[in-house]
This record gives sequence, structure tokens and C-alpha cells, in this order.
Amino acid sequence: MIKTILVANRGEIACRIIRTAKALGIKTIAIYSTVDAQAQHVKLADSAFHIGPAQPAQSYLDQANIIALAVAEKVDAIHPGYGFLSENADFAEACAEQNIIFIGPSAAAIRQMGSKSAAKEIMEQAGVPLVKGYHGTNQEPMFLLKRAQDIGFPVLLKAVAGGGGKGMRILHAEDEFMAGLAAAKREALQNFSNDEMLLEKYIMQPRHIEIQVFCDTQGNGVYLHDRDCSIQRRYQKIVEEAPAPGLSDATRTAMGKAALAAAQAISYVGAGTVEFLLDKDENFYFMEMNTRLQVEHPVTEMITQQDLVAWQIQVANGEPLPLQQDDIPRQGHAIEVRIYAETPDKEFLPSSGTLAFYQEPSVNTYLRVDSGVTQGDEVSVFYDPMISKLIAYGTQRNTAITRLQQGLADYYIAGLDTNIAYLQNILQQREFITGQVSTHFIDDLKDVLAQPNETSEDSILALGCIILQTRLEQSFAHCTRDIPAHWRNLSTTKVSFDVQRDKSGCASTQSRSQITLTPVQTNQTLNAWVWGSDTPVHMATFSCLENQWRGKFGDKTLVVPYYLEQPSPHSEPTNTTPLELTPMLPDVLSHLTMWVEGQQHKLIFPAVDLGQNTSDNTANNFVAPMNGTVVSQTVDAPAEVKKGDVLMIIEAMKMEHNLKAPCDGKVTEYFFAPGDLVSGGATVLSFSPTTQSE
Amino acid sequence: MPIITSQINTQSATFKTNFTAMSDSVRELKDVVAKVTQGGHSAAREKHIARGKLLVRDRITKLLDPGAAFLEISQLAALHVYDEEVPCAGVVAGIGQVNRTLCMIVANDATVKGGTYYPLTVKKHLRAQEIALQNHLPCIYLVDSGGANLPRQDEVFPDKDDFGRIFYNQANLSAQNIPQIAVVMGSCTAGGAYVPAMADESIIVKEQGTIFLGGPPLVKAATGEVVSAEALGGGDVHTKVSGVVDHLANNDHHALHIARDVVANLQRPLPTYIDRNASRPPLYSTKEIYGVIPADNKHSYDVREVIARLVDGSEFAEFKARFGPTLVTGFARIDGFQVGIVANNGILFSESALKGAHFIELCAQRKIPLIFLQNITGFMVGQQYEAGGIAKHGAKMVTAVACAKVPKITVLIGGSFGAGNYGMCGRAYDPRFLFMWPNARISVMGGEQAAGVLAQLKQDQLTAQNTPLSDAQLASFKAPIIEDYEHQGHPFYASARCWDDGVIDPADTRTVLAMSLHISLNAPVEESRFGVFRM
Repeated sequence: MIKTILVANRGEIACRIIRTAKALGIKTIAIYSTVDAQAQHVKLADSAFHIGPAQPAQSYLDQANIIALAVAEKVDAIHPGYGFLSENADFAEACAEQNIIFIGPSAAAIRQMGSKSAAKEIMEQAGVPLVKGYHGTNQEPMFLLKRAQDIGFPVLLKAVAGGGGKGMRILHAEDEFMAGLAAAKREALQNFSNDEMLLEKYIMQPRHIEIQVFCDTQGNGVYLHDRDCSIQRRYQKIVEEAPAPGLSDATRTAMGKAALAAAQAISYVGAGTVEFLLDKDENFYFMEMNTRLQVEHPVTEMITQQDLVAWQIQVANGEPLPLQQDDIPRQGHAIEVRIYAETPDKEFLPSSGTLAFYQEPSVNTYLRVDSGVTQGDEVSVFYDPMISKLIAYGTQRNTAITRLQQGLADYYIAGLDTNIAYLQNILQQREFITGQVSTHFIDDLKDVLAQPNETSEDSILALGCIILQTRLEQSFAHCTRDIPAHWRNLSTTKVSFDVQRDKSGCASTQSRSQITLTPVQTNQTLNAWVWGSDTPVHMATFSCLENQWRGKFGDKTLVVPYYLEQPSPHSEPTNTTPLELTPMLPDVLSHLTMWVEGQQHKLIFPAVDLGQNTSDNTANNFVAPMNGTVVSQTVDAPAEVKKGDVLMIIEAMKMEHNLKAPCDGKVTEYFFAPGDLVSGGATVLSFSPTTQSE
Repeated sequence: MPIITSQINTQSATFKTNFTAMSDSVRELKDVVAKVTQGGHSAAREKHIARGKLLVRDRITKLLDPGAAFLEISQLAALHVYDEEVPCAGVVAGIGQVNRTLCMIVANDATVKGGTYYPLTVKKHLRAQEIALQNHLPCIYLVDSGGANLPRQDEVFPDKDDFGRIFYNQANLSAQNIPQIAVVMGSCTAGGAYVPAMADESIIVKEQGTIFLGGPPLVKAATGEVVSAEALGGGDVHTKVSGVVDHLANNDHHALHIARDVVANLQRPLPTYIDRNASRPPLYSTKEIYGVIPADNKHSYDVREVIARLVDGSEFAEFKARFGPTLVTGFARIDGFQVGIVANNGILFSESALKGAHFIELCAQRKIPLIFLQNITGFMVGQQYEAGGIAKHGAKMVTAVACAKVPKITVLIGGSFGAGNYGMCGRAYDPRFLFMWPNARISVMGGEQAAGVLAQLKQDQLTAQNTPLSDAQLASFKAPIIEDYEHQGHPFYASARCWDDGVIDPADTRTVLAMSLHISLNAPVEESRFGVFRM
């Protein structure tokens, strides 16, 4: 019986595994790299061990080190999670050698499925359908036509040496074939000096459908239904659901049986996923088999009401599968979205940094959050930038979508860019709502999805100004605390702000707006404002806590979570005083992230222009402060220098005096050499400042 | 604490009539204030802004903490006093919080006659310094002024309370550790040069602020030397060579930013909040005062209705309620501060005066600030009362008011006539602040009474000559006198001459009093020592 599990992973999956292990009364040991010392999986586990530096190769992928730890700690089993060592046959073998249970399939199964060509051969023998094609050297046009007829139209013609779509043709019918082939060959010859072609079945509107399979050591195997993971960007899934929408029961059963056959063909044990491509006529073709627990397993868990990690542990203990095929439920619909630290506008470039503000939606029976981070955690460049997974359930698919939308709206993340708005946009697309998805979804809807989904009303800017102003007032409210803010006898004072929207990735569209607010005196001390003259918007603050503003915005009463920071080069960010409001300064650069009715808005308040000090940038400023000796000329004149660079050191009165550049500029000449005596007031060098225009 | 239960029906016709009348007065006041607070005429303002300078009130708002309240004094100074209009007497003064410290801010408005000092500009500036002295407020001078108004030098220069007194005050305020900070944001010529020069710490805006005893025209006339204003007394010279100024700022924003930093390093003693509770609003809206005050000032009303609309929770512990009922005295809290209230509820009799003297002594002993709500036609006259010694009883109250060293704040909520003004802490009795409502009137006696007295004297004289005046002649004799008294007793007339610290909206009274108390308790409360009370 497994009593102790070492979780050889990090992030949400490590936390996920630890939770189930705890529920089963199993002790857990976490491992962590240097940057993960304060990570959530470390805090959640019964004990945790430092395993190496941030680089995965020297920590989470260091097999010898992990095995040695497991041996020393006398663990019964290692759970590899997904990624890292989860599909590493050598590691599975190394575990076996030390009599440690590797929670996953055998090394042999991993190897067999690890090679795509080998896997396809095995699957072909097991009768699992594959995408048909011809990859041979015979390039006779008539021969190729014959092959195309065997494969069945439409077929895809590709240059063997090809790339970038050149020498590629989709041929829909036999009569197009000869002309198309000739054109493709010409194009290939021109571009690659090689006109060799290969043929493949062209799949129309392909969907990525996968089957969750589970096998025990006693030869039993079941499938836990299907998932649709067609919505992908950069070959990574971002929206996954179970069951796949709009599939006939016959296809579901056929795919389940095919997947199970595939698993049994390699005597598979544990959790596995068989991935298929499905065409619009519900023909399916084997792609690959993943010999691990998948990121998207929660959607299967929700519709089957099973805990797959518990299943894995049970199977690893040598016990039979908890349920027979016919007893596995398939109820309702579950959809998962993956929240990534990335910038969709910059081709999904991962972003890294501190989760300065992080709030997840609250979970309930219908809404599940799998995450491994909390506020203040670092999203480092070393690991996958996935922050969290949100899974919503509904007896109807529409209900699940609505819950998912609401859940996404309740994520409040500041400090780095996320794909939340992008996901929100996906969930609003008609194609998604009606279940008409394919792997081309993101590409097809590229332009629509790139549309910023935000309202650009300036009243939102006014609300941001009120939050900043309220926090500023709180920072200074002191001696006249019960006097209404902005009070003047018999007159009112307007408050103006320069503000711009922060659209990361498109700096050119940033434009400053000036927002002027007029305070409204009321009987209560609450802060009321009016903005705009044509159709004035009335706003009032009921309460403004560190991260939450509540008040009236036009006709609505709103709760607006926000995160306000004033980046300062001089102070480190602290999250040590959560009870105290962080003091704010007037007139300095401020960044505000706020969420109004589920939509994130990022605003920048530039610092007030305190002017440039230019009057000291003159050459006559470079005079010796007193009589002394030149110690050194720190640059080789003539030379370009930066503001603050030391230009000369003069020793006098046993002290060294540094002459520094007051701004960027150029030292054209030194008038004294090291060792020279200079008298106080003498000009020692010639300096010309770089003018603004250069 | 006992609560004042209002007897006013806010739905009654009288209430509504009163409310309308007061609303009209307040609107008239606000219209005048809106006009004068714009500063100089639009061309002058545009020119000022074009030079990259902030308007005077924007400077003050930038200097203050975000959202800080600002109690402006004497907005109506110089209103219709001179042949030309000099809005706010060309200087804005008031109290607000800068870097968590209450400061007196005196800021020249260069858009008004170049910020030059008229006689009332000097008076307002000196009053601001007096408030700073009494309440230990650091002073920040935002200087942008051409100095004394030369055509009026005879009224501005020679006397004790003239221009020179400003610098005398700066020296003596500094001597009492009341910091003096000057921000030179424009000209600072001749005498004006002493504002930064006498300051503890000073700031100048480069290529904008100038300080010199004699400007380029005077220099040329005197010595023939030709020099630019910047070379003669610009920021570069004064921060690098002369040392007249300590900090060089790049623009207005930068200068105010530095000024805030200067205040941050003042290390001021904490205010002496003796006993402060949480602030609670009155049970009745302060604005209801509009309907309480009779539209016709000959009608009487119960002043407790006013008190109920000013004090925390409308709670009022009345003192000696049954004795001398024409003066209401008692304890209450305003914005959490304990106060003693002395309010007129009719003419002053001997008993009322004695009661007032007693209560003022109590507050002085307990160091409780006093609030005077003044609505007084005077002390009772007549043989019976003179024989009863009303003069000596009144004198006791005047002695008590004069000698009480607790903060005293006076609001003229109605009439302020004759010796009643003295007993109720008029301007001569050094209240920390004195404000007027727009319905208030101030003069040595009522216009009717004065006209009556003068008509009587005239009639006596003419009767002796056997040519008595007819009733019609008497009426036409009295009319201009009544008109003069009405004109000169009007709050705008009074405020224009800085007889008070400003005319306020009655609905703002609670806030004004709260601000005044915050400010007053900035200085420690002194022990009181009373003169001889005539018994």
C-alpha cells in the first residue's frame, strides 16, 4: 500500500495531486527549485525538499537527485504529474530499480508511444484508424493519382522539402489532380530545387478529440469518454471540454473502443489519453497517445464525478479499477479554460513577473479552480506560464458556458499580462457557443479575437481617477479627517488628471486624456463627484479599501476590485502589511488595474512634469571645487558619457571629489592631466551636453 | 446629553418663506464670490497661463494635500472699495493641510493689478499673519507681486500696520518657531524682496521668479547699468551666487513640490486636541437653518433651533437655562470637539450678562473653546435698568470675554449692534475667527434707532427755534440715515473692509466652525487671568 508519495512536479498539478493524496491519508513530499522555495505546492505538502537551481534540467528533471531523495525518504511511490519526467521511460525504469512505484505506465509503454512512427505502426496493427497517406519515392503522376484515389479525395499535396505553404495544394476531386500536381511541382522546384511530393488525406474542419482511458494491472480497461480540445494556440490547448459537443453516440462509442484497443495493444496501465483527429463526417484518425494524466483531466472528472488521481493511486496499488465501463457516468457538460501569463497581442508571448494582485473566483459545486499560485508569487521564465485553470460545469452546455464566463470575470490578476480577456472573447464567439469548433478556430477568427473587447468609454477613466484620488486622500487624511474632502467656502475646486489606457504591446495607440472631476458636497462625508458636462456622470465612493472600491457609478452601484501601484526605483514591493493601506503619493507615476463588471482596465497616470534642470549643463560648471591634485581622468576624451558618469577625480584636503556628468553629453577635452595641481575655480574639462533633439 | 428637539415645522409656509429669502441671500453671496475668485480679467489670466504659470487657486490646490479642505479668509476684501475692482484684494489667503500639517497660505494673484499691495491687501496679509501667530500655523507665501501699489503709497507704506509690518511679523513669527516659507513664483520687487529674504526657507522658479530691491528700470535710472531681470535677480543668481534663495525649481509644479517637502521637514508639534470624540452629524440638516432664520429680521426665533443644526447629535447641555433666558449658554461638541456656546436669544439684561460672564469663566477654567452666536440689538436701556447697574453687569461680561484665553470663534448670525457686539466677542475682542452670515448686520446701533436719535436731536434743536419739522420732513430727514446704516452695516461692506474673516453660507457653518476649531487647537490653550470685575 502506498503511504508516502513524492510529487515530482510543481505548480497547479503538484497541488492537485497533493490534495487527493491528503484526502486518501497519504503523506506527501514536495520538491522545489530555488525560485520555488515559497511556492504553493511546497506549503501544501507535508514536507518539501530543495532539489536544485531554477533551471529544470538541474532540478525537476534531475532524475538521479530525485530518485536519491525518494530512496532517502523511503517513499512508496513517485507521481510525476504532467510534463517534466512524466513521459520519461528511463525515469520509470529507475524508479522500478529502486522498488519505488512510478505512478504511470510501464517504461515499455512509454517508449512505444514516445516514437510517433512506431506508435502508428502498432496502432495500424491494432486496427486503429490512421490518416492515410503516401510518403514514397515513386513520383510518377499516374502512380500518385492512383494513391490519391486510394486515400480518397480531398487530398493534401505537399512538397517533401516544403515549408511555408509553398508547393502545397488541396485537391478536392480527381479532375483537378494532374493540373494541381504539375503546378505544385513547379512551385516546389522553384523554391526548393526539389519537386518530390507526398500525399495525405486532407481532413476538412478537423477537430481534436481525445479519449481518456484507464487500465489496471489485472487487464481491465475502460474509457472515461471524450474531450474536445480543438481550440489551440501555438499548438497548445487553451479551451477544453467534455463531452465533445455534437458527436453521435455511435462515434463516441467507436472512438472509446478504438482508444481502449490502442491502450490494450501495448498492455497499458494507468491513465492515458488517445488523441484523434475527427473530420466533419465524424471519421476519426489516430494522432498520438499521451501516457500521463493530462492538464485537462478535470473536465472528465466533472462529467464522470470521479477523481482520476485517486484512480491512479488505486491502480498503482495494484487494485482493480473502481468502475466497470457501463457504470461510468457521463453527465452534463464541463469546460476548462487555461489562464496563461502571456500577451495575446504579441503572439502569445509569455510574460513573467510578480502576481502583484491575484484573486480567483470563489469555487462551488459548479466551478472549480486548479491553481498553484497566490498573490505575491513569481511567475518565472523557467517554467510553463500557466497560472490557473478554471473549470465550469452545467447540466446544459449553455449553463456551463455562462458559469465559465462569470468565473473568468471574477479573476483579478495584476502585475503581468494574462490571456483572460482573450479567453472571454473566445467564449463569446458564435462558433464556440454553437459548438462549431475546429483546430482552425483561432486562425479563422484571428481578426475578431484580436479586437479589444473593452468599452473605451472615458467614464471608465473618470472612475479610475476617482479611485486614485480617493486613495491619495486616504493617504493624507489626518488632521481634518471629518471635514468633507475638497471643501472650500463658497466655491468648488475641480481636480484634473492626465490619464492614459495601458495597452501593452501597442504603445502607438496610447493617448493621454485629461479628465476633470468636480467634487459634489453632500451631507455625508462620502466622496461624490460629477464628470463630464454634456451628459454628466455622477459617481460616489461608499468605501475604498486597499483593493476594492465600492460606490455609485452613474445609476449603478458597483464593486470594483483594483490594484494600484506607484512603481518606485527606490523601494522594493512589499506585501507584508495587508491590513494597512499602502500610502500613495500625489503627482508621481501610478499604474491602476481595475475590473469593472468583469472587464479589466489598465490605466497609467503619468508623473506631473517637474521640468528639466538644464541650467547646470554648461561647461563652466566643471571647475575644481578647491585647490587639489588631479587623481584621474576617468574617460578617454573625446568620449560620450551618460548622466552621472564620473568624469574626473580630484583629491583635496585628503578627500576625493568626483566631477560627474549632469546629463548625457560629451567630454571633448581635459585641461589637466593626472598629477597636475589645480586651483579652486579652474575649469578642468570641456563638456557639451547632448541636446534634446539628438 | 440632552438633545434639542426641534419645534420647527419644515413644511410650514413660514419655513418656506424664510428658506427662500435666505437662499436668495446665499445665491447673491455665491455670485459675488464666483466673480471675485476668478481673479483678474480674462486677458490677464490668459497671459499668466501662457507664461507657463498656474493660476493662484490652482497653485494652492497643488500645494495642499490631495482633497484637503481650504478655509479661505476675506474673499470679499476690497469689494467695491476702490475706483477700480481689486478682486480678493489681489491676494488669496487661507488655511489648509500641506503634508499633514495645517499651514497658512498667502498667495499673490499676479492677474490682479500685478499682485500689487493696496491698503486692504496689506490688511488682509497682516490678518493672515495674525491668524498664523495665534494658531501656530507655518506660513507659506506664494509670491508673485509687484510690491506696494505706488499711487497709494501714503496708505500702504508709512504707518504701523502697513507694508513694513509684514516683515516685522515674519521675523517675530519665525522667532516663535512658526516657520516662514517663501516660494517665489514671479516678481518680488523692492520691499517684496524681503518676503523671501526674511523667510526661513525659500524656493524660486527659474527664469520666472525674480528678486531685487531695484528692478532693471530703477537700476538704469540710478546707475546707468543695463541688466536683464533674470541676470539681476533670477533663480540662477539667487540660488548659486547670492544665496538669497535655497532651492531652484524648474516650474510651478516643481516649486510647489519642493515646498511640500520643506513642510515635511518642519517637525511641528502635534495639535493639542484636548478631548475629542468621534464626529457625529446633527439630527437636523444644517441647511434647515435657512428656514429657521426669519425673513424679516424684526421677528424673533429660538436660537436653540440654530444650535440644534450645528452641534454633534444635536446634543446640548444647557447651563443656567432658567436664569437670564435671553442669553443661551451650554456645552456641546462640534466635529467631536468640546465647545461652550454663548448665543443671544433676545436683548441682554443684567441677568443675561451675569450668566454670560459666569459661563465664559467656566470655559476659560476648563480650557473649552467658546463659540459665540451673535444676534444682538444691544443691552436693555431705561431708568430701571441703569439703576439696576446694567452698565457694570455688562462690563463683567465684557471683561470675561476680553480676558478669556481659550479659542473664541464668533459667528454673526443676525444683528450686531452697540455694546452687544463687545459682550458677544466682536472683532475687537480677538476671536480666533469671526464670520458673518449674509443676513447679518453690523453697526453701532440699528439704522432706525440711529435715525430716531439724530431726528430727535434735530427736532429738539428746531423746536427751541420754534420751527419744528413736520412728520413728512422728519421722515425725509431719517431716510438717508437709515439707508447709510443699511449700506454700511451690510456684510459685504463689512467684509470688504476686513472687519471679519469672511461671509459664509449658513449651511457651511458647522464645517467652518469645525475647521476653525481644528486650526485653533493647533496652538496650546493658555491659562486665563481676568481683570477686576466691578461688583
